Amino acid sequence: MLARGMSAQFSAADLHLRFGGVVALAGVSIDVERGEIFAIIGPNGAGKTSLLNAVSGLYRPQRGRITLEGRDITGLAPYRVAKLGVARSFQNIELFAGMSVLDNLMLGRHVHMRGGVLDGAVYWGRARAEEVRNREVVEDIIDFLEIEHIRKHVVGTLPYGLQKRVELGRALAVEPRLLLLDEPMAGMNLEEKEDMARFVLDINEERGVTVVLIEHDMGVVMDISSHVAVLDFGKKIAQGTPDEVRADPNVIKAYLGEESEAIRAAERAIAAEPVA
Amino acid sequence: MSSAIAWRRECGTFHTTYAADMALRPTPLARARIAIVIFAALAFGALAGRYELSIANQVGIAAVGALGLNVLVGFTGQISVAQGAFLGVGAYTSAYLTTRIGVPFWVALPAAGLVTAAVGGIFGIPSLRLKGLYLVIATLAAQVVIEWFMIHLVPVTGGSQGIFGIPAPALGPLVFDTERAYYFLTLAAVALAVLGCANLFRSRAGRAFIAIRDQDVAASVVGVDVFRYKITAFMVSSFIVGAAGALQAHHDLIVSPENFNLAVSIEYLGMVIIGGLGTVSGSLYGAAFIRLLPIALATVARSVPGIALNVNVLKEAAFGVAIIGFLILEPRGIAKVWRDIKDYFRLWPFKY
Repeated sequence: MLARGMSAQFSAADLHLRFGGVVALAGVSIDVERGEIFAIIGPNGAGKTSLLNAVSGLYRPQRGRITLEGRDITGLAPYRVAKLGVARSFQNIELFAGMSVLDNLMLGRHVHMRGGVLDGAVYWGRARAEEVRNREVVEDIIDFLEIEHIRKHVVGTLPYGLQKRVELGRALAVEPRLLLLDEPMAGMNLEEKEDMARFVLDINEERGVTVVLIEHDMGVVMDISSHVAVLDFGKKIAQGTPDEVRADPNVIKAYLGEESEAIRAAERAIAAEPVA
Repeated sequence: MSSAIAWRRECGTFHTTYAADMALRPTPLARARIAIVIFAALAFGALAGRYELSIANQVGIAAVGALGLNVLVGFTGQISVAQGAFLGVGAYTSAYLTTRIGVPFWVALPAAGLVTAAVGGIFGIPSLRLKGLYLVIATLAAQVVIEWFMIHLVPVTGGSQGIFGIPAPALGPLVFDTERAYYFLTLAAVALAVLGCANLFRSRAGRAFIAIRDQDVAASVVGVDVFRYKITAFMVSSFIVGAAGALQAHHDLIVSPENFNLAVSIEYLGMVIIGGLGTVSGSLYGAAFIRLLPIALATVARSVPGIALNVNVLKEAAFGVAIIGFLILEPRGIAKVWRDIKDYFRLWPFKY
């Protein structure tokens, strides 16, 4: 476990986050290796999204340290975290609803562009070339996500599944080194889930992006992630490979509740009884 | 045949480069339409009478001011009721520089923009913490404070009398002291402001403004420094509004505080709402609507005997009715109505 921590690309150590009397995170630590798909699971209210928000700089943890490639990013403003190569999606899609798909993705290019107000107003020479160059990058992503047909649609009018995909595209446009996905498959049907899982795998394998993923669909988590951390009431209760986590008694207890132990004991007692 | 369709129809046009696809007017029809508008505007300047041109000047100046306000309210989502005050800052700056210091108009105009941008930037600082109605109250404070200075900083502003004897702009032997000459100046200013804004909102900085309006949290996680861009939006908006104020000063040749009060702020908000929030063209439509409405009413009133005395009351009422009407029937304004008309004809005469 120590060796894991030493080589981690991204880690959070002993994060404490509270809102008034509500404790969202009570000493959570995770280490994510370069190039892996790391899943965070746990019951509702376990602190999964709070953890991602703390990493993005949207929440400022009261205690603890977040490091990215050896650099302390705890408490950095969100836009600075983005500049360092961290992109994310949100649980309840947070797109720029009044803008086209293209413009949403172009905003993902914001950190890779330099044009200011004057460059924009003149829109000539360098500024224009920059727009066209980044449009090419965005078109590659549109191609990859198979959303060519909606590139000029206003995102607010698109169906849910496509919006999820556009949001993933915007995160990709940032060219992140670390991609945080908050329930990318929530509310999708089986086919859409499979598409999304394929995209996440491709992003991870072909583009070499480290992915941290919150997901409730255990099938997906077990299939695509190389490492899983389980949160419950703001604490990490288990960590390991999908198989290790699945067999962990703490995890079973968190998901199925205390009484399951009692039920199982009762079942054992019944099984042990000789059949009359 | 196919090229004939491509000439007229958006759906028959295929671009082969991204640059062509990203053009402001991507189809020949759109370009032809703009050429006609420009030609008509120039012809109007050459042929129209003095009265019509004076109305056109008022519309043009209001259009620049409304465009500036729309940058802030419509595109960036930061509601401001300090529009009147910011117009005033531009007008007074230009008036002071030209009458007291003798700076030529061509220097005073951008200077007015810059001074207003600085003032707007300072009063934009509360937008870091305040949103919606709370920001409205903060900008109301800006309006009140600046109005107080206009009235009480007598050595600079001339107090409640204002500044008069403002020189008309001159370019060598050419003096813009007639409505006709000034019309071409206004037209150039409108064209510059429209082109600048249209370009701004298809490029990086302008997109960041719109992103802040639509979803400021998401904007910050894709790398937009929200606070910096909000202040920038206040400054860009104020620059344009300040320039509009200067244009107004050199057109009226006098500035006084009552031309820049809270009622003016509300009137300009009415323009951007009726024209279309977050649209460049809507700023022009809204300015024209609000400026022409009382004139149209007066014309109608003159032809109906008996109500001529109540025209002023009627104007106020019509302003209110127009805003309420648009909010109920077409909240996205005249720009949306025009878009719908164009959309209808895109496939015409086919159903789909």
